Amino acid sequence: MNEKSKFLKNREKLSRHHTKSFSKLSRDRKDLAAHKAMRALAICVSILVPVFILVLFLRARPILATHNISTLLFSTTWRPNQGSFGFFPFIMGTLWVTMVAMIISVPLSLLTAIYLAEYTRPKVRAFIMPLIDLLAGIPSVVYGIWGVLTVVPFIQKVVMPSADRWLGFSPLFQTSNPTGYGVLAGGIVLAVMVFPIIIAVSEEVIRTVPLGLREASWSVGASRWQTIRRIVLRRAFPGVIAAVMLGFSRAFGETMAVLMVVGNVVQIPHSIFDAAYPLTALIANNYGEMMSIPLYDAALLGAALILLLVVLTFNIGSRLVLARISYS
Amino acid sequence: MLIKQKLEESFFKILMVISTIFVLGSLLLILGTVLWRGLPALDLAMLTQAPQGGYYLGKEGGILNAILGSLCLAGGATIVAVILSLPIALYLQLYPVPHFTKNWIRLSLDILWGTPSIVYGAIGFTLMIYLGMRASLLGGIIVLSLLELPIMVRGMEEAVSMVPKALLESSYSLGATRFETAFKVVVRQTLPGLITAILLAFGRGIGDAASVLFTAGYTDNLPTSLLRPVASLPLAVFFQLGTPFPAVQDRAYAAALVLIVLVLGLSITSRLLSTRFTKNIIR
Amino acid sequence: MSQALPLNTHSSPHLRIQDLNVWYETNHALRGIYAEIPTFGITAIIGPSGCGKTTLLRSLNRLLEEGEGIRVKGQVWLNEVDIYDRVMDLNELRTRVGLLAPKPYPLPLSIYENVAYGRRIHGLDVLDKGNGRNLDRKVEHYLRTAGLWEEVKDRLKAPASALSTGQQQRLCLARALAVEPEILLCDEPTSALDPISAQGIEEQLITLKENTTIVIVTHLLRQASRMADYVIFLWMGELVECGPAKELFKNPKDSRTQAYLMGKIG
Repeated sequence: MNEKSKFLKNREKLSRHHTKSFSKLSRDRKDLAAHKAMRALAICVSILVPVFILVLFLRARPILATHNISTLLFSTTWRPNQGSFGFFPFIMGTLWVTMVAMIISVPLSLLTAIYLAEYTRPKVRAFIMPLIDLLAGIPSVVYGIWGVLTVVPFIQKVVMPSADRWLGFSPLFQTSNPTGYGVLAGGIVLAVMVFPIIIAVSEEVIRTVPLGLREASWSVGASRWQTIRRIVLRRAFPGVIAAVMLGFSRAFGETMAVLMVVGNVVQIPHSIFDAAYPLTALIANNYGEMMSIPLYDAALLGAALILLLVVLTFNIGSRLVLARISYS
Repeated sequence: MLIKQKLEESFFKILMVISTIFVLGSLLLILGTVLWRGLPALDLAMLTQAPQGGYYLGKEGGILNAILGSLCLAGGATIVAVILSLPIALYLQLYPVPHFTKNWIRLSLDILWGTPSIVYGAIGFTLMIYLGMRASLLGGIIVLSLLELPIMVRGMEEAVSMVPKALLESSYSLGATRFETAFKVVVRQTLPGLITAILLAFGRGIGDAASVLFTAGYTDNLPTSLLRPVASLPLAVFFQLGTPFPAVQDRAYAAALVLIVLVLGLSITSRLLSTRFTKNIIR
Repeated sequence: MSQALPLNTHSSPHLRIQDLNVWYETNHALRGIYAEIPTFGITAIIGPSGCGKTTLLRSLNRLLEEGEGIRVKGQVWLNEVDIYDRVMDLNELRTRVGLLAPKPYPLPLSIYENVAYGRRIHGLDVLDKGNGRNLDRKVEHYLRTAGLWEEVKDRLKAPASALSTGQQQRLCLARALAVEPEILLCDEPTSALDPISAQGIEEQLITLKENTTIVIVTHLLRQASRMADYVIFLWMGELVECGPAKELFKNPKDSRTQAYLMGKIG
């Protein structure tokens, strides 16, 4: 009895002590306030995208109001001072450069990622992966400089003559533009730029495929390569797609590096050696200077809107695709 | 059958080795090219002087304006981005966020990550015109901080997600609130990861040209005020390369070298830091 | 130390393990194992956790060396061929010595393709590529053998991941059997399963032992006594005792075996 009353007394003292010195109530209030503030911040950031779209749309409205959308997207005439704004050459320029970049980059990056994830020893991998991460951080102007110094001369002096000799029959390889500045140069620069992105993401995805799955395949007698091709890659497929998408959207929106090597001629490219003029370069080269021409800045912001909407569509689309195929 | 399999495997293995060599080779080639062309053009005057009269014709001067300008831009932007990202990352990882809200925020961050920097630049400039601002350090900082935000949040979230659940639970069971746990325990525990995320974002910010092209402008003066235009290294590279004089173009290579040294230096530092700090971390 | 302990078998041993040593980095995990695994029947490897049961099992189809920092020394004779010989073809070895893992790992394929996987890899049904009917029959046969056919016959094209854990493990059994291995290694094959599924697997294995050599690792003494014909008892990386199950469970010779069987240690 004595023990118990002593215990109760003690506990009462303790709890009084607590409320006084720790003032739990005000701490809780602070916690709640912080929670609300953080939530507000997160929600503010998450409405940035709609705000961006709204801003671009409002600013591009003058041109959308006076021009038909299909004319804007599919007309090839770009004469701002006469009021014709056809984005088609620029859209094609972006598509050509991005496609060439992906055609070069995807197979090379994936083969490298598979090699690093499946065949190299951990020590070698621990040396190479930081290198690749490091190179992902190289600024795009540096890639541009490299393009000007190395890629363009290489195309002009090595690729073009051999294309003339061996591939001249195909219109895709016509060398009517002798400068070396063009789709292929932009594509190569972009391809190298997205190497580290695709490699880093897909290597990680491939390595997270459980070892037990590989062992299951090995223990029915499948070889390493068969296991990789039939099991590991199938399992890693959604992640690999995500890696490629990431690379694509980086290549698609890249400005400076491309601008420096694609030649910037308003035309629809027909050969990989033709000069092109991607949307990003259009904005970078002209925005802020041509305010005197009516509708010009509305047109350029329209171009920015197209870029943003494409990135948006890609992101949501790839999410939907991934959600659908991620069985297993 | 067996021979065909073996052939197929060796064929692809050879392809893989070639690809790896090609990828690493091309990336090293970039560093090599910039080093080879930039190093001869680099001297002390480049690093310590602002452009003098006739600089863009090949006369005296340096790119101190761009170096300082870039540090101010990226530094300021990184500070703003940390203030915005840290709470968001902690919120997403530690608080009971409804599923839908979480997905929505993540999707927005992913889209922001994918948004081309030229689009940031265009939007930033439009808003600045609307607000009556001219191209300035402040404008550049705001746009760059938005550009850095998704990178930083992602990096920080990853760091925070590594915190062992038991650590959180022991903090809660000592009576600490979520807020206290987040900012006192988790931040300390994940400091190396947070610093890595911050430096990564800083590197992205200092290297970006398209977003500051209109918003920060360019000037030959050293940065003095938040409301004045400011030079930046990537644009210094770009503009000098655009001149017809080989001497000035050489300076572009030198500027690129400075930029690359800054970025890679940061990256290596963050790596070293994160290995050193991990000593005091509970795993 | 341990010495060659010939099992009291009627036929010649299927696997003969000779002075097998395994190191993880510097940790000497298996020390000079000598053992013989008889043809057909179930051989159980028992012992407390960390005694090297799984290591021994996985050394029998050389899956062990796929890990990092592992060194193996010694010989394992499979029908008078040393599987650690340099000319040994690993893929062939693993076709002949199959594995049932502790956790089911259904391949990211349909139920049908999971079973057909190994046969396709080896081109076993290459002659009937025209209609695939032989492969269909084989898939059905092995699904029946694993006791899964009735449950999945209407949804062979469904992804294997849609099955329950117990069904997945039986699917893995069918997949392992489909390449017609002579030896099946089972690494705690019921540890992830509920009691009813576990009983199902046990029954399948007991049926299979008529024409397949089965080696099972288990930490459940009762499971070992239910299923095993022969028993190998490991203790701290050493082989302490092995012999026919009845004998070993009844009259263990070594004091450590006695203590383990009575639940005093491990």
